[in-house]
Amino acid sequence: MVTRGFSSGRKPPTETDARIPPGQYLEQGFPVLSAGPTPRVRTEDWSFTLKHGPRPIKKWNWAEFNALPLTKMTRDIHCVTAWTKFDTAWQGVLVDDILADAGIEAPTSFLLAHGYDGYTTNVPAKDLTTGKAMVALLYEGQPITADHGGPARLLVPHLYFWKSAKWLNGLQFTERDEPGFWELRGYHIYGDPWREQRYSSDP
Amino acid sequence: MSEAPQSPWQTAKITRIEKRTPRVTSFFFALSRPFAYCAGQHVDVRLTAPDGYQARRSYSIASAPESGATIELAIEKLDDGEVSPFFHEVAAVGDEIELRGPLGGHFVWSDGDGGPLLLVGGGSGVVPLMAMVRHRTLRKSTVPVALMFSVRVWDEVIFRDELIGLDDRRYGLELMLTLTREAARRPSDYSRRIDTAMVMQALARLPKPPVLAFVCGSNAFVSAAAQALIDAGISADIIRTERYGV
Repeated sequence: MVTRGFSSGRKPPTETDARIPPGQYLEQGFPVLSAGPTPRVRTEDWSFTLKHGPRPIKKWNWAEFNALPLTKMTRDIHCVTAWTKFDTAWQGVLVDDILADAGIEAPTSFLLAHGYDGYTTNVPAKDLTTGKAMVALLYEGQPITADHGGPARLLVPHLYFWKSAKWLNGLQFTERDEPGFWELRGYHIYGDPWREQRYSSDP
Repeated sequence: MSEAPQSPWQTAKITRIEKRTPRVTSFFFALSRPFAYCAGQHVDVRLTAPDGYQARRSYSIASAPESGATIELAIEKLDDGEVSPFFHEVAAVGDEIELRGPLGGHFVWSDGDGGPLLLVGGGSGVVPLMAMVRHRTLRKSTVPVALMFSVRVWDEVIFRDELIGLDDRRYGLELMLTLTREAARRPSDYSRRIDTAMVMQALARLPKPPVLAFVCGSNAFVSAAAQALIDAGISADIIRTERYGV
């Protein structure tokens, strides 16, 4: 339905248009979204635990985690609140390298990411492995600020950004696809921006 | 907290436009497919140009769930915006706009959730809190509420007359306006940014500690205000935030 009096003055040029998923707009800033107050996690207190169900597989402290292979990833990111930001530059540890350091292959097809704030979000294992996702430690070459999820956040750039859990402290393999915080509150179980899977009622 | 119901796009007709402050105007939409919602939820609005280009933004609902098939969105004009200038400069009564909702299942309150409640709003961040205050009033709820509302100047106090009319300790609503760039106008008000001492005074006005606190506004506002709540001894577990802007 055409809206009376609305024009496409802000329509992005064709070459960038192809990089903007449906219903999104290009944002130059980096908005912050979170469901609660910002936790302040000191790196000396930080740890990351890989679990299979309730069972811990391996735990790293900050120094141990930073000793894992670091990978650079520059990607467009897409927030469900409709902004898209181009070419965000991150450095961190690929989930593949975390699994390799723990000496395992994915034991189940699903994971839950956990944050220090109690936040959870579910992501299929195939979306976290084969170079698709990392635990990011640096943004634009600098430590990630607390507002943006530092010291460490998940980065799953091909899904809506609520899947990229902030203040990450663990990944947990689950037997089933278990909805996380926002997925229990009306957001889509998978969240593919290119299929505009924003809310649970979206196909 | 329940899952959002099905929320397809629908058309809604603008039935009334009411200027609230120099930068905030309320638009009242008659829903073609009325929905039930909770105070604090939002809708997505979608504008479509003749060439098919679409712009979409989320706006919190200001009206109470009890107010029927017409919802109020109080929209702040952002000079570099794309959708809010359309509403402020182009939209007129009788226009049909596409929207979907209700959306959001976290920043919500109904009187069954109990209280006391601490509500903290900055600028247009008061909008979802207003829905909660109105819901409380229309339900004749006795849940004690303290609303801390920070704006720059008196003329930017959105819903000012309505809020001041509701500000009555006998009915359990404590309104604390704070003006960051002007002197306070009322004895119960402040003229500085929200800080820990002010939060402590809000807590002192409640008969017992809040069971939930809602903080909404710009990112900078929410970051600072949520920290002030934590420094005043409020558990992070009961603080829910909603942020906008960069």
